[in-house]
Amino acid sequence: MADREPRPLVTLSEHESKLLLARFGLPIASERVVATPEAAVGAADEIGFPVAVKVCGRRIAHKTERGLVRLGLRDAAAVRQAGTDLLARVTTEDGDVELLVAAMLASSRELIVGMSTDPTFGPSVMLGIGGIFAEVVADVAFRLLPMTTADAHAMIDDLVTQGLLGEFRGEPPVDRDALAAVVMAVATCAEADASIDAIDVNPVLVVDGAPVAVDALVVTR
Amino acid sequence: MRDLSPLFDPAGVIIAGASAHPGKFGFVALHNLLAAGYAGRVFATNLDQEPVLGIHTVASVDDLPHGRADLIVVCTPGPTVSGILRQAAARGVRAAFVTSAGFGEAGGDGPARERELVALAEELDMVLAGPNAQGVVSTPSGLCAQIVAPYPPPGGIGVVSQSGNLVSTFLNLASVSGVGVSRAVSAGNAAALDVGDYLEWYGVDDVTRVCLAYVEGVRDGRRFMQSVAETAAVKPVVVVKGGASLEGQRAALSHTGSLASDDRIFTGALRQAGAVRAQGVEEAFDAAALFATQPLPQGNRVAVVTTVGGWGVLTADAISGTALELAALPDDLLASIGERVPPRWSRNNPIDLAGGETRDTVPEVLDLVAGHRDIDAVIFLGLGIQSNQARLMSEGRFFPDHGLDRIVSYHRRQDQRYAEAAMAVAAARGKPVLVASELAVADPANPGVAAVREGGGYCYPSARRAVAALAHAWDYHRRRRARRDA
Repeated sequence: MADREPRPLVTLSEHESKLLLARFGLPIASERVVATPEAAVGAADEIGFPVAVKVCGRRIAHKTERGLVRLGLRDAAAVRQAGTDLLARVTTEDGDVELLVAAMLASSRELIVGMSTDPTFGPSVMLGIGGIFAEVVADVAFRLLPMTTADAHAMIDDLVTQGLLGEFRGEPPVDRDALAAVVMAVATCAEADASIDAIDVNPVLVVDGAPVAVDALVVTR
Repeated sequence: MRDLSPLFDPAGVIIAGASAHPGKFGFVALHNLLAAGYAGRVFATNLDQEPVLGIHTVASVDDLPHGRADLIVVCTPGPTVSGILRQAAARGVRAAFVTSAGFGEAGGDGPARERELVALAEELDMVLAGPNAQGVVSTPSGLCAQIVAPYPPPGGIGVVSQSGNLVSTFLNLASVSGVGVSRAVSAGNAAALDVGDYLEWYGVDDVTRVCLAYVEGVRDGRRFMQSVAETAAVKPVVVVKGGASLEGQRAALSHTGSLASDDRIFTGALRQAGAVRAQGVEEAFDAAALFATQPLPQGNRVAVVTTVGGWGVLTADAISGTALELAALPDDLLASIGERVPPRWSRNNPIDLAGGETRDTVPEVLDLVAGHRDIDAVIFLGLGIQSNQARLMSEGRFFPDHGLDRIVSYHRRQDQRYAEAAMAVAAARGKPVLVASELAVADPANPGVAAVREGGGYCYPSARRAVAALAHAWDYHRRRRARRDA
């Protein structure tokens, strides 16, 4: 008998990923998914400027690297232009795509929360310092699933860069209970569905001390 | 959980492959067993039936009486092992420690032979340790069934290691410090029993107060962590992991996956399991020694009592990098210390007695400080200074005249009193009182250091190492308490 093929990995779109995780308590900024640049303008009006516009679809990964994100759009003209540009960049290989219009958040602190599946240890959850230096700094803490809220708090304590979690540049300290809730949203979501192979919530921005998920990716098999 | 008492507390031991050549493992295993004073029955096999170390040998396990030995230590070539296990099982042997090589660690059919060995042990319902392992030590039974040294003093530390030489390292540290060992085992190839299995048994072993493990990799991460968690819920588990820098991160679809190296997950999982992760053997033994000899700190407020300023400063620096806190001295404690020392004392923590101590000052201050409700732990620095001077005096050409004999014995007595006071205060107040001095290494015969050792305590080689051990103990206690409350 032939070896059974491993089931291929399937990624949910950013919007689908966020909606799924939000059911487990992940705080997300207000956003809309629309089909056209004109509809994006309407969505931005509802959300309030400035906004971010991104290409959203199941086959879209590495948005930033591919230039599929436009940030800090301040008026209707900028949103319309961004929507047109972004859709022009999409290829047929990207499959079905939409435009995601989201509130633009001001923050100087980024965290990353995620889940991955290790061949030896199985599913584990990660909390780390995010941003462009995330991989280099690698200030991360892991816990195996299943885990408790106390474990989530201990992960926060494990981070070396505690200075970034206190008062920072005139912003209040990170709300540790709220951050633990973000970690637990990822943990409980992964536990609820064994087909989930990986989750990225990256970045989690700290806005006035409160963590808010700005991008998310759920990978299933 | 597998009952490992036939391995650790056997009523009789067979050395299979005893050799008359003192350079062979088969000789060394028998030698170490006899020399360490194992009190149970000892049997040995030797193909030529040569007597070894005064022990009559038989050609085969088949020639031994039934039901007289629980453990067989196999020192014969790999291909002979399974036949010997069958014979041993037929003679009522319940555990095998296999030192023989040529199994999973070897190429060719080694791995297959190892799988067969595991299957055979299961079929025979026999505890199988090793193969390719260095030995097993168990001080309650006076058992030193290993092909390496040393045989450690008895005590509360249970050692298990995936590297046999790391067992020796920990046993050497136990021997020199006097902080003894309950059980020790080298897992070797860990064909049937891995570190987690031994930890589980240590968890229910009354003689073992703290577990000390060296791990390089685990086959089933989840199962291992479950074993650690079960054990750590009952007693401290100190782990040193090797190989942290060997593996790279793996390519992955997600950022999280790219950050998820084995070592990072291992680290987090160990914390989740409630274990103490030490960065090296010294740090690990220092922590284990604290767990074995001191009460756990119930809080993080540390008082440093010192007779020399600079040490206090460095200790305060070391504390500042941990979750410990240099305690603010409450007014009533300030006042009561002030009644016993001259006004030039530090009036602050570190409590620098500034050379103002008289005969009873150190024991009194230690008790005052450790007895105060706002202090959770004490680090005492200054042990051995007087005896160090006494040594120079007693070895110099003026001794014993000019009153040197009297002052030398006074100095030695004082250091002994300090050591005894530190240990008595810890016991009476139920709080850790750590002693640190480089004399622990520089002059282990120093009467202060020796008194700590003879009293069953541990003299830390530096204040920095004492602080690190205390920080581990506090972290362990705090996390275990949090888990209980959750």
